[in-house]
Amino acid sequence: MTLDLGFLLGQFLAALASASALFLVASGLSIIFGVTRIVNFAHGSFYMLGAYLGYTITEALPTGVLGFWGGTLVAALAVGVIGAAIEIVVLRRIYRSPELFQLVATFAIVLIIQDATLYVWGPVERLGPRAPGLDGAVQILGEYVPEYDLALIAIGPVVLGLIWLVFHRTRWGVLVRAATEDREMVGALGVNQSWLFTTVFFLGSALAGLGGALQVPRESVSLLMDLNIIAEVFVVVVIGGMGSVLGAYVAALLIALFNAFGILILPEISLAVPFIVMAVVLIARPWGLFGRPESGEHQQALSEEPLRPLGLARRAAILAGVAGLAGLAFLGGRYGVVLATDIVIVSLFAASLHFMMGLGGMASFGHAAYFGISAYAAAFLATYAGLSMLPAMLLAPVAAMLAAAFFGWFCVRSTGVYLAMLTLAAAQIVWSVVFQASEITGGDDGILGVWPDKWAKSREVYFLLTLAIGAMALVTLQRIAHAPFGYVLRAARDNRLRAEAVGVDTRNHQWAAFVVSGVFAGIAGVLFVFAKGSIFPDELAIPRSFDALLMVLLGGVQSVFGPLLGAASFTYVRDEISRLEYWRFIFGILIILVVILAPDGIAGGLQRLWRWIAARAGFRRVTPDKAEGA
Amino acid sequence: MLELRGIHTFYGAAHILHDVSLEVRPGEVVALLGRNGAGKTTTMKSVMGLAEARRGEILYEGRPIRGLAAFAIARLGIGYVPEERRIFKQLTVMENLEVGRREPLEGARVWELDELFTLFPNLAERRENLGGHLSGGEQQMLTIARTLMGAPKTVLLDEPSEGVAPVIVEQMAHTIEALKAQGLAVLLSEQNVRFAERVSDRACIIESGRIQFDGAMAELAARPEVREQYLAL
Repeated sequence: MTLDLGFLLGQFLAALASASALFLVASGLSIIFGVTRIVNFAHGSFYMLGAYLGYTITEALPTGVLGFWGGTLVAALAVGVIGAAIEIVVLRRIYRSPELFQLVATFAIVLIIQDATLYVWGPVERLGPRAPGLDGAVQILGEYVPEYDLALIAIGPVVLGLIWLVFHRTRWGVLVRAATEDREMVGALGVNQSWLFTTVFFLGSALAGLGGALQVPRESVSLLMDLNIIAEVFVVVVIGGMGSVLGAYVAALLIALFNAFGILILPEISLAVPFIVMAVVLIARPWGLFGRPESGEHQQALSEEPLRPLGLARRAAILAGVAGLAGLAFLGGRYGVVLATDIVIVSLFAASLHFMMGLGGMASFGHAAYFGISAYAAAFLATYAGLSMLPAMLLAPVAAMLAAAFFGWFCVRSTGVYLAMLTLAAAQIVWSVVFQASEITGGDDGILGVWPDKWAKSREVYFLLTLAIGAMALVTLQRIAHAPFGYVLRAARDNRLRAEAVGVDTRNHQWAAFVVSGVFAGIAGVLFVFAKGSIFPDELAIPRSFDALLMVLLGGVQSVFGPLLGAASFTYVRDEISRLEYWRFIFGILIILVVILAPDGIAGGLQRLWRWIAARAGFRRVTPDKAEGA
Repeated sequence: MLELRGIHTFYGAAHILHDVSLEVRPGEVVALLGRNGAGKTTTMKSVMGLAEARRGEILYEGRPIRGLAAFAIARLGIGYVPEERRIFKQLTVMENLEVGRREPLEGARVWELDELFTLFPNLAERRENLGGHLSGGEQQMLTIARTLMGAPKTVLLDEPSEGVAPVIVEQMAHTIEALKAQGLAVLLSEQNVRFAERVSDRACIIESGRIQFDGAMAELAARPEVREQYLAL
């Protein structure tokens, strides 16, 4: 390949155009996060809606310059209205929920918008009109550069300038910037947060919608747009520093350039390039290029109820759960066994994530990496090394352990959302390596024929094996949680400074927790691969990680049972409804209902329900609050 | 003006305030005295709706405000000056003041910018500087000026003399006298007893989340054993 100047320039200009598009979407996400602290996974959906609406509106309007740009703007505003409406109807109800719980709601919104879009526009891709007057290409140094790209290159900085003006020259903008720093104080000065949040959601969603509508002349509009862009947009926001618009612009440039030139230099891992850039930036600057440390001092930590060793009632509940699973497996027929096996595996996976999230205070957006690495390791051992099942099961989690030790070392240097983003980066790097190294991993085709040994071939026996291993693993996790290590971990979670002041090396403890969590995810992974007989890159992709995250959060982070309840109900319900045509829509609505009705998760909700029934029935137990206050 | 009747405040499961009652009248400065961790800040946060007072009553101008959102409480005319100042560091002095600006309520004392700059001359020179670039004393002035931009009728001042130079402490005393002279009600939390004695009419002493003494400043001065027990370091 000869690199001539014209070609390089062409790549460069194409990168700048992509950067503008990326920036529009990312700036909206960054503004929303800055003020509301919501990690909005639905932002990619707003982008997709912008594209569909832009397509429909510009088609409906008379062709011409005014029709195109007018239609684009109307589409952006419409998405802004949709975003504001979602904020009012759903998100406003859950601002008081634990951190990251809103994330579950935004994920439900992704599902709902997916199916709503499918319903309105159908599954066929749409090709929109070219921008009138900008449908040609100009020749620069022998390369043809689309005129529309040049327009996009200009639009990015123009929008950046406009946002700057709004943020510095209007009272609203000053309030937004103030709220990005300390929203509680802004409230204490008499500013209505709800109003501020809704307007911020309007602006942020409108920017995403604008990004989507402007994309119509460049690519076909499809249902894949939301998830295709969301990971990259998060990367941009995190690199720039969450809440910083200028940061989003610089980071969008950086990512677009690395994408354009990375593919020339490192084609083998081109998919991982943005995530590698993010990891490098976060390790050097843990809060992004233009971000500032999250001021923890004003965040009233929810003091969680102390974990107690399991009482009689809970032991009984566990036995009932196991009995229920066995019943499902042996009375539910073939289908019942498969579902019960899945539930055990997924419960263990969720419990492993809960270990680092609930006890360690570290949310992971990429936990599937350790699940998948271990599953792949087992598949390698079984197919390439010819190991039988049990040794492969025993050895494979070591791979997860090593990977967790490696990535965890970097991740625990950060905290909060930034830590979560580093875990996502790690998982994406692993995923793209597995996906692109097809000589070894089979790439998209995966590895097939990883079956259990003869004695465990029957589904019922394999279920019992899974149940036994899963139960042992869960008990071990419990033991660790109640060992001194678990106490130290919770101390570090609740107050890092105080824990360090009494001599705890919090970082090392969190690292160890990260590794433990990875190993147990790995155990779930090996159980999975032998249950399915195959492994595909999907198992370590983002959706798999998010499933686990949803299970833990929906179940209840503050409860030991939370992840198990979350995993079981999530798997069961999704399994039941996924045959329906618009099941995502239904599933999204169900998730939102849980989020609103049980802001402390299913476990917390059940507990409150139980207390309420107990109080009604007259045998109220004395709560600590009542006992002391009188 | 502002009255707390037997409030109990919790942080999560931790019971911080026990049956705290106190009252502040217009044109009166009430000092809330106590050691570190006694519950002074929590009392102020309970009034502002920033900490959860689960039981008891908080009355402002006769109406119950417990359970209202912080912004709604602020809009009734209660200005809050937090201990940690909580200046918006990335905003200029003028922008910080803008965040505090509110449409004045009826009968409220409105503070013009010029007046605030006369009260706090240092701020006038630094109006275009970022909040984060101000000295501790200047930040203390800014946080009070920011609250006064909202034309409050009652001001909650959380340890204004803490960690600032003696000159600034002096200025804080003048400021409190100015607020009092304008008929504002002031609840002042302090560890610096001498400072509190100078500017306050009455004193409430809080210890372990319970009010231990409530009376005129002169009364407290006459009871050295109370000071010894609850305030000596």
